[in-house]
Amino acid sequence: MAQIFPKWTDEAPRRILIASIVLLNGIVFGIWYFFSPEFTQVGYAPEQPVPFSHQVHVSQLGLDCQYCHTQVEESKHANIPATQTCMNCHNQIKTDSDDLQPVRDSWESGESIEWIRVHQLPDYAYFNHSAHVNVGVGCESCHGRVDRMEVVYQAEPMSMGWCLDCHREPEKHIRPVEEVTTMGYEAENQDELGRELVSKHNINAPTYCQACHY
Amino acid sequence: MSKTYEYVPEPALVKGNHDFSSITALVTDINMRPTPKGWYIAFAISNMLLLVLLVSIAYLIWEGTGIWGLNQPVGWGWAIINFVWWVGIGHAGTLISAILFLFRQGWRTAINRFAEAMTIFAVMCAGIFPAIHVGRIWVVYWMFPLPNQMAMWPNFNSPLLWDVFAVSTYMTVSFLFWYVGLVPDLATVRDRIKSKVGKVLYGIGALGWRGSNRHWWNYEKSYMILAGLATPLVLSVHTIVSFDFAVSLIPGWHTTIFPPYFVAGAVFSGFAMVLTLMIICRKIYNLEDIMTVDHIEKMNLIILVTGSMVGFAYLMEFFIAWYGQVEYEKAIFIIRATGPYAWAYWIMIACNVISPQLFWSKKIRRNVTLTFIVSIVVNIGMWFERFVITVSSLSTDFLPSSWGYYSPTIWDVLTYVGTFGLFFTFFLLFLRFLPMIAVAELKGVMPQADPHNYDENGEYVEPKVEVPEPKKLNS
Repeated sequence: MAQIFPKWTDEAPRRILIASIVLLNGIVFGIWYFFSPEFTQVGYAPEQPVPFSHQVHVSQLGLDCQYCHTQVEESKHANIPATQTCMNCHNQIKTDSDDLQPVRDSWESGESIEWIRVHQLPDYAYFNHSAHVNVGVGCESCHGRVDRMEVVYQAEPMSMGWCLDCHREPEKHIRPVEEVTTMGYEAENQDELGRELVSKHNINAPTYCQACHY
Repeated sequence: MSKTYEYVPEPALVKGNHDFSSITALVTDINMRPTPKGWYIAFAISNMLLLVLLVSIAYLIWEGTGIWGLNQPVGWGWAIINFVWWVGIGHAGTLISAILFLFRQGWRTAINRFAEAMTIFAVMCAGIFPAIHVGRIWVVYWMFPLPNQMAMWPNFNSPLLWDVFAVSTYMTVSFLFWYVGLVPDLATVRDRIKSKVGKVLYGIGALGWRGSNRHWWNYEKSYMILAGLATPLVLSVHTIVSFDFAVSLIPGWHTTIFPPYFVAGAVFSGFAMVLTLMIICRKIYNLEDIMTVDHIEKMNLIILVTGSMVGFAYLMEFFIAWYGQVEYEKAIFIIRATGPYAWAYWIMIACNVISPQLFWSKKIRRNVTLTFIVSIVVNIGMWFERFVITVSSLSTDFLPSSWGYYSPTIWDVLTYVGTFGLFFTFFLLFLRFLPMIAVAELKGVMPQADPHNYDENGEYVEPKVEVPEPKKLNS
């Protein structure tokens, strides 16, 4: 009887088997790595209507985060400052800057400046700024070194796994409440201080589903 | 006092005056002759039902699980009933292929291919329900422990996760078992079929089988190993399916009898389904010589045994409810037999406990028509068993204020009916394109496979080996 298949097919089953194992693992790894917010979100730096530089305002001028983001201690939402806050200074400083034209327009018309949101959590995840800021989770722990950012970008993945990294071991990340807005804070002995603060504030970071999804 | 016993030889497993080549022709010709018209009609009907399934699933995904009749207090309805029912039907395959193989039951060879195919398709139908019931089907992969950026992991304490593993393992092993057994027969079809395309397709399936001694040696070993692997699965799959219920605290579910009772019920329904299909196929494809009345009788005996075990379990549940003196447990069993779902309960008893008792009579065991009817009745009964367990316990739970009556919606019904379309679509393709009987194995249980070279008086006779004359080449 004539041969139906050429000789190379002898090796085909083994190769197909190995290829499918590699492929399946590749798919799992690929989704785990390339679809994660760490890959897709970190570094997101949209161009804002006003080229506001945090680096200039925080590092050079020494503004505190809460000078503009006033409600973080009381509200679940960390507010974007009103045009009024900008105009406190800019009605006297750089009053003819082209970059500031949208701010002056907003001041004239009463329409808000449409800033572009950088940190976007999904609607089903409820994050509360006040709950975190008031027990000593630093701004930079989630937002990175904003004082060095010419343009604000997303520094951390904000994935659920990333949230849980801290919720499972808050003592490794927590700081005294008065240091919350400090940029580049480093404790001498984080382990000891962290444990002390956890017991002082009675921190019991929840890891059950409905803590954030309700 | 002495009594002389007479040796009664086992009845021949293959009736009729068959030799090896006529058996090969009988089975594999089905795959090679032109497709009969009846097959097309059956396939068209199956395809329409399959379409019903696909539409129901599409609408479910579009609209959400609210289209089903689920609500408080009955949060588990037809989906899990159908899941357990189909998985149960899928149990006959491994029992026949693995356990009966290890016990050297020669009669299994006539039906094992058939039963294994049925198992695989039944488990496919079953697998649909847990997959589609999750609501957000696009994240159904969360059922599996895969690394992800949410630091999320399935709950290993949950029997629902064990189910994922149990059923997927069962599916994999059943499929491998079925395929390994198919290899020599695919080679047979490859060698017999005329068309070039057929040769290539069956050739791919046959994996280069040439029937050498080494091939057979490897085949026998791997078949044995797979049988060994599959044997615990016969018990484990339905045990774990029963844990879905038994591990919870709902009265009527939280009982230790569930695993053996579910396994017995599964084998019971699986054999019934094999019989239903087999009785039709042996008639249509003229396979009465291979799937004989003796086979039907043996399967009926298994149905009688497992049906009685199930009946015993029903009684035992009542006894333990009384003996345990737990108020809720006692109440639920009284409600089952007399409450709003009493009609379902008594259908279940009539179909599962009473109808198989007919098989105490040898005459009925060997009656093909009656067997066919009982086999269908049994599967109706087993569906109602799952209905009674699931719905009655949930609808009348601890709090009488939350009691309610469950009714399915049209979508529940259409999804269930649609799974038959899926099942029969695959089954018809199997009948048409694959040898439905394990030809190679069947030859092994024929007398021709076991030549002893002794005559009736026990005298040795030289085997007659005919050596053909070498052909003279024309020069």
